[in-house]
Amino acid sequence: MRAEERSGWQLSAPFVLFLLAFAAYPICFAIALVFMHWDLVTVPSFAGLDNLVHLATDTRFWRAVANTFVFLFIHVPLQIATALALALALDRPLVLRAFWRAAFFLPVVISGAVVAILWSNLYATDVGLINGLLARVGIAPVPWLTDPRTAMPAIALMVTWKNVGFYVIIYLAGLQNVPRSCREAIEIEGATSWQRFRFLTLPSLLPQTILVLTLSTINGFQLFIEPYVMTGGGPLRRTYSVVLYLYTNAFSYQKMGYAATIGVALALIIGAVVAVQRRLLGRAEAA
Amino acid sequence: MKSLAKLAVYIGLALAALTFLYPFLWMASSSLKPPVEVGTISLIPLDATFDNYRTMWSRAPFGRALFNSVLVATTITFAVLVLGSITAYALARLRFRGRPALEAVTLGLLLVPGQLTLIPLYTLMVKLGWIDSYAALIVPYLFNATAILMLRQFFLQIPQSLVDSARMDGMGELRILFTIFWPLARPALSIVAIFTFMGSWNEVLWPLLVVRDAHLMTLPQLLTVFALGGGAGSLGVSLASAMVLVVPVVVAYMFLQRSFIESMAGAGVKG
Repeated sequence: MRAEERSGWQLSAPFVLFLLAFAAYPICFAIALVFMHWDLVTVPSFAGLDNLVHLATDTRFWRAVANTFVFLFIHVPLQIATALALALALDRPLVLRAFWRAAFFLPVVISGAVVAILWSNLYATDVGLINGLLARVGIAPVPWLTDPRTAMPAIALMVTWKNVGFYVIIYLAGLQNVPRSCREAIEIEGATSWQRFRFLTLPSLLPQTILVLTLSTINGFQLFIEPYVMTGGGPLRRTYSVVLYLYTNAFSYQKMGYAATIGVALALIIGAVVAVQRRLLGRAEAA
Repeated sequence: MKSLAKLAVYIGLALAALTFLYPFLWMASSSLKPPVEVGTISLIPLDATFDNYRTMWSRAPFGRALFNSVLVATTITFAVLVLGSITAYALARLRFRGRPALEAVTLGLLLVPGQLTLIPLYTLMVKLGWIDSYAALIVPYLFNATAILMLRQFFLQIPQSLVDSARMDGMGELRILFTIFWPLARPALSIVAIFTFMGSWNEVLWPLLVVRDAHLMTLPQLLTVFALGGGAGSLGVSLASAMVLVVPVVVAYMFLQRSFIESMAGAGVKG
């Protein structure tokens, strides 16, 4: 027993040390940085509430928050709808089933940097493939990434495309749990396929929908490399994401205190949004 | 009617698959096209050439970046497997004071968004003098809470009788872990290996913060800097440089797609 106690401590010691240095310390120091001015060169100075006051009145920060919400309002519903549609299409005996699934999942394994570079070209106004296809059906070229109205929706569409395969897998796993006897019973009752979807499939997929909602929301708040590569946050700052603004404050302006304040605020916003979503849908689940 | 519906499903699937595959095929073929052809929608280069690859290779240290990426991702994956197994073994199979607390903290870590610790971790790297070093790219990733919890879950299922008889034979805990648990845990280890490697291979925000020297950049970082800095100069060249990052992943994915899907979807759900 004593030996087991000792081995337990010995084997978990490296992880405990790692936690102290790379988790506990950064979390505590993030809080401390909120009350500091620090440019990494001079000695850090006490800032009082400066960073918080600045955050509250910083229109660039709130612009970034608003942009992120615009992104989420387009991306999240689209992500749920497309993932559900593809999963339903795959949930049957199919020729080449593994191939279809693998094709949908391919963008998930590709680096976000590559996807952003690739789609910058697909979205290009004059030479892009998308406008090329639109021209064939007589639609005038759309300045996807340079028009403030279309830039963020275009990025949201691309991110949905990149991640959909991941959420298809979640829905496919959920579809395995729809009881076969219920499916048969509802068919004997003479339900149309829409009724079957609306009253059997969709309700029994609620846990998966909550999961997709939560994960795509959290993922959406982390938006960084796409605007960094494709638009630099423009046009008119309409694609400036919170993480991009945090990065700019740290890397370009050397404002460590303020950048950390943005990080803490973002963590709180993510927590609050996910909690509200869970409460709303948890109620639906209980009903 | 039934077969008509079936046809509709296949047409829908084919269109969807085309949407996911075509951009990558276009990227691959455009990287082989001379500048006059790049803008075209066709997948077959009329006048295929490796010029874009030659240009890309000579303008930025892509060979070195490939080496850096392989080194960093392999080291991290190896560490997460070995160190994560050791931690997971202690959490799953050894009773000691503090274990429940350690489990709770590990679980709690999954809820901490990376943005919260990004800046303090970056300032820590500055203080340690690790900016522009492999240490900054590797050390903060040596352990991974998701990996530890997955391995712990797997180790819990291994029968206690195996552990007891091994201890009776005088085997130490680490020997039990690596000679008895590891061979049994191969599915779990490969799942952890794939999502760890892919996570590291594709990571770009952290390298952008801690590395400025082009010779220490990882592939996605160099690619981003190269494309944004105008170093590529032409579309074909920037697509050729993206191919260096994509080809190894796609080749591995073609052979191991089932494991990839299981691993990356599983890690996301648990993480």
